[in-house]
Amino acid sequence: MEIPNTYRAGPDEEGRFGVYGGRFVAETLMPLILDLEASYGAARNDPDFQAELASFNKHYAGRPSPLYFAERLTEHLGGARIYFKRDELNHTGSHKINNCIGQILLARRMGKTRIIAETGAGQHGVAAATVAARFGFPCTVYMGAVDIERQQPNVFRMKLLGAEVVPVISGSRTLKDAMNEALRDWVTNVDSTFYIIGTVAGPHPYPEMVRDFQSVIGVEAREQIQAAEGRLPDTLVACVGGGSNAMGLFHPFLDDDGIEIVGVEAAGRGIDTGEHAASLAAGRPGVLHGNKTYLLQDEDGQIVEAHSISAGLDYPGIGPEHAWLKDTGRATYVPVTDDEALEAFQLCGRVEGIIPALEPAHALAHVMRIAPDRPADHLVLMNMCGRGDKDIFTVADALGVEI
Amino acid sequence: MTTGTGGTARIERRFARLALDDRAALVAYVMAGDPNRDTANAILEGLPSAGADAVELGIPFTDPMADGPAIQASGLRALKAGTTLDRVLDSVARFRRRDSDTPLVLMGYYNPIYAFGPDRFLRAAKDVGVDGLIVVDLPPEEDAELCLPTLEAGLSFIRLATPTTDESRLPRVLGNTSGFVYYVSITGITGAAIPDLSLVTSAVERLKRHTSLPVAVGFGIKTPEQAAAIARAADGAVVGSALVTAISENIDADGKARPGLVDALLTRVQGLADGVRRAREAEPAS
Repeated sequence: MEIPNTYRAGPDEEGRFGVYGGRFVAETLMPLILDLEASYGAARNDPDFQAELASFNKHYAGRPSPLYFAERLTEHLGGARIYFKRDELNHTGSHKINNCIGQILLARRMGKTRIIAETGAGQHGVAAATVAARFGFPCTVYMGAVDIERQQPNVFRMKLLGAEVVPVISGSRTLKDAMNEALRDWVTNVDSTFYIIGTVAGPHPYPEMVRDFQSVIGVEAREQIQAAEGRLPDTLVACVGGGSNAMGLFHPFLDDDGIEIVGVEAAGRGIDTGEHAASLAAGRPGVLHGNKTYLLQDEDGQIVEAHSISAGLDYPGIGPEHAWLKDTGRATYVPVTDDEALEAFQLCGRVEGIIPALEPAHALAHVMRIAPDRPADHLVLMNMCGRGDKDIFTVADALGVEI
Repeated sequence: MTTGTGGTARIERRFARLALDDRAALVAYVMAGDPNRDTANAILEGLPSAGADAVELGIPFTDPMADGPAIQASGLRALKAGTTLDRVLDSVARFRRRDSDTPLVLMGYYNPIYAFGPDRFLRAAKDVGVDGLIVVDLPPEEDAELCLPTLEAGLSFIRLATPTTDESRLPRVLGNTSGFVYYVSITGITGAAIPDLSLVTSAVERLKRHTSLPVAVGFGIKTPEQAAAIARAADGAVVGSALVTAISENIDADGKARPGLVDALLTRVQGLADGVRRAREAEPAS
């Protein structure tokens, strides 16, 4: 594959990152996403929009999130210096709020009156319900019946925020089916409704727009690490389900030669068991939910159910920009199993006093793997993209503890 | 199948013949392999004599994002019964051994075709006597993927036009299309709502100002009366969910076909076909 001059210019006018991305939607939605693309393009270049976004990021979400030197973990692992980008400290407990603030401001600007969203772990659903409440929009969140079962605290949070949570009982009853159902809602309620997609996937312009709103993570981290260490990091690590927190961290660093960029996929019970969510490691290119990207699918192009202990990574696809970064070799993607993530989850609580979400626990498991072999001046920057309160029941269950 | 008789030519021939008879086409949608291979083949092969003028054969997909509950369930039953794209093509080949006049188009989503390999798929489809494709998630913006190679192969690529397709976009949607235009009568998923007839009539008139292709209307047509009303306004009425429902009503708890399933479905087709055929005989004074 040809090496581009810059990794930060995508997507092209057709919404493609290399061969990935695009606009694979029903005709009913096509005029809507063209309208969205035009509206987002105008908003992005509007200083008033950017100023309002920055203001809400600061005063409502609590940005900038700290960059924290994980000193005890660094000592414990005995190698690289480890930094956490503390996006779990944002309002609502994860990076998802960054994107939701951006999209709700756009929805208001476009004159929409109703919000829909899909959610897996419930973090995006909570963030969408939060901004909908703040701006006075009715909000419907589609959530797989299986995920509702394992993420009860977030379901209740969404209801407290005034959102309607619709259980999705079609297909495998998880995130992909919630996204199908949200698309069916959108195709039905075309005039009133703004669909806040939670990750860097879906038809163009969503992968680009969500990445832009999440890039605040990487932009801050760049300044913060230079303030702390006087230089850029050597390695970036983030978990990838759809890949929004990772894209937000990675994108501002893509053109910095020599920075190793690693996305961590959920390997579930192990890649060779078939029960995993590692679409880059074990999938192949296909078309789902409006974009061409790596998918978990069978020989006949039918989508295969993903598995991960982390509901937020339990998705059979991945954002198209990650697919392109993998093919170009600019980023590498590695799998981490449920068990490895559980071990990292527990270690982080004991050593750093931070209970991570199961999603970034996957990223941390990879940090635990590589840090001991790196020199003491090697800087690893990991995105701690969510906190683990929502996961304590899942983890207790996995550890055989009754609470 | 010889070039010039099948593909787009077969669709054109059928609509031209019906225009001479001054009646619209009943386009029947059924899912390949639902509830199992043999029953689905019996249904498919019975459609023309039950009065279907053209057939849309669904390719099942795990994630049919534009379909309502009836067709979602139909697709999942078909997949559970082991339906693959190869088997769908086999069904078409069987159908063509008995019927060389009825247009047959495959309708579905892109990923199964992409996984099969678009070029290999087009060769196989043409070979077994498929006349056209309706691929829900391939708008004109993605024409290079499959639409252009389909047209080159002499098959129709039938486009969906919708209430959201405005005047400025219509030329793009109607470009690179052939056979007929499929007007989606509502914003929504298949089987959802009964279309507003006056809106459908004006929408068909709007399309006709932009294209000389026949216009078939679908999404939401359930009864012979509704089919007749659409048949007065358009060149074809597409019925899908209402037929597929005849399957869910005639299978047992294990998904096995009850005796009489095929007849029940084909009787429903006959009723709709009668509605379409009578539509313009008793045209109300306008």
